[in-house]
Amino acid sequence: MKQSLKNSQSMPSRPWLQRLHIKGWASFLIFLLLFKGSAQICDIQLSTFFQNLGQFFELIKKMLHPQWSYLAVVVAPISETIKMAIVGTTIGTLVAVPFCLLAARNIAINRFISSIVRFFLNIVRTIPDLMLAALFVAIVGIGSFAGVLTLAVFSFGMISKLFYEAVETIDPGPLEALQAAGANKIQMIVFAVLPQIFNNFISYFLYTLEINVRSSTVLGYLGAGGIGVYLQRSLDSFNYSQTAIIILAILVVVLIIDGLSNYLREKLL
Amino acid sequence: MKQKNSKHLSAVFFWLLVIVLIYWWSFQSLDFTGVKSSAGQVLNAMIHGLIHPDWQYVYDGSGEDLLSLILQTLAIAFLGTFSSAVLSLPFAFWAARGPHERHRHLRSTTGKFVIILIRTFPEIVLAIMFIKAVGPGSFAGVLAVSIHSIGMLGKLFSEALENMDYRASEALISVGANQPQTLVMATLPTILPEFLSYTLYQFEIAVRSASILGMVGAGGIGTPLLFAIQTRSWQRMGIILIGIIIMVTLIDLLSGTLRKRLV
Repeated sequence: MKQSLKNSQSMPSRPWLQRLHIKGWASFLIFLLLFKGSAQICDIQLSTFFQNLGQFFELIKKMLHPQWSYLAVVVAPISETIKMAIVGTTIGTLVAVPFCLLAARNIAINRFISSIVRFFLNIVRTIPDLMLAALFVAIVGIGSFAGVLTLAVFSFGMISKLFYEAVETIDPGPLEALQAAGANKIQMIVFAVLPQIFNNFISYFLYTLEINVRSSTVLGYLGAGGIGVYLQRSLDSFNYSQTAIIILAILVVVLIIDGLSNYLREKLL
Repeated sequence: MKQKNSKHLSAVFFWLLVIVLIYWWSFQSLDFTGVKSSAGQVLNAMIHGLIHPDWQYVYDGSGEDLLSLILQTLAIAFLGTFSSAVLSLPFAFWAARGPHERHRHLRSTTGKFVIILIRTFPEIVLAIMFIKAVGPGSFAGVLAVSIHSIGMLGKLFSEALENMDYRASEALISVGANQPQTLVMATLPTILPEFLSYTLYQFEIAVRSASILGMVGAGGIGTPLLFAIQTRSWQRMGIILIGIIIMVTLIDLLSGTLRKRLV
């Protein structure tokens, strides 16, 4: 800022790199090349899309005539989905707490351990949820237990990161006070860390639950229980009027859970 | 004071009761008995496969190997996200509340609702619908990503618009610029870095989802991944998993550094 004020007395001459916006144009060119290359790799032919647009709208038309009687069938699996999300998120959270304490730099035992834990958590977070679902279905078999395990691992990765970041932002005062009074690590965590971040923890838990309800609706597609099983069934039998009902049900549930969780989180913070 | 305390206590009890009831409901009828007896064996085989990945699969020049499929996954995410960034613009302007508009504004509220609808629509279903239209392959994946990302980008963009710095547009309006001029010369330059940053962030998310869209046949690494899991070729699964982890980590790093330079 000061620099530009000083320069304003005599107009600065910009180097040609800046005058011709070389950097901007170069990035734009690179972007265009990447775009073109990607289109080639993906074999994009817009014409096929427009040719088959009729078929697409046929599908949409079928979806716009939902089979309302199917609603009664959907209630049980969708409540199973919510249950899966609640249990999975809870298990994930319980496992995440010790890990986040190990990963948080301000209370961890040493930097080496916290780096290893962080590395591990980063890897867990990169695994896509549907892949976890496929793996757990292969291990424990088809059913909601595979879904619960998937959501547990998924929320473990997410919550531990949110938690350790929250732990790292706490006020160090109470920690130091307890340490000065001769408290051990467990006592410090219970009396100095927990009271400061308890509300954050609950809020992050609700946020993760929100995301898990969203993702649990499709886990069943690979056999991991819940509404996704019915989603797959209706799609495979081309029964789009049932698909429409399922999607509507998912929508309503997600909206309600989102609303509830948002309301609670606003009250907490 | 005493009354306040007892009120507080009853609130605590109320919430405890609610929580206990919710958990009692959740654990009911949730079936934990169906665990296959072979679970331990499968897990062992899986871990063995992860430790001894199938290195031959990384590159064999056939175009069906790990590297080319990962490249395809990235291409799907890239095309999908950046097309979606353009598609999201009208939605963002639709949903954003202007600085002087009321809290409940018809245009903005409907826009926000439409964006939520798009975000909630399962991406897998979108992919299947587009497969019906353009056939299985990465094009369907690109379309699914580009439509689904509107749900996230539209929300982020409209929030950026709501919180943007209006000084540049006010200056232009005060010297008599019309609306298109204000949009092109003031609003877009102000907001562009933020939009780009959000698009890169969405790209990170899209890479993750593009890697599983193949599970329903929409191109990318997901197809061989599901195949490997279903045929229990754990060595193949191991190398694909390693590939996905490295890809996602690298993209996160790259996009993170780019975003830091932008904003």
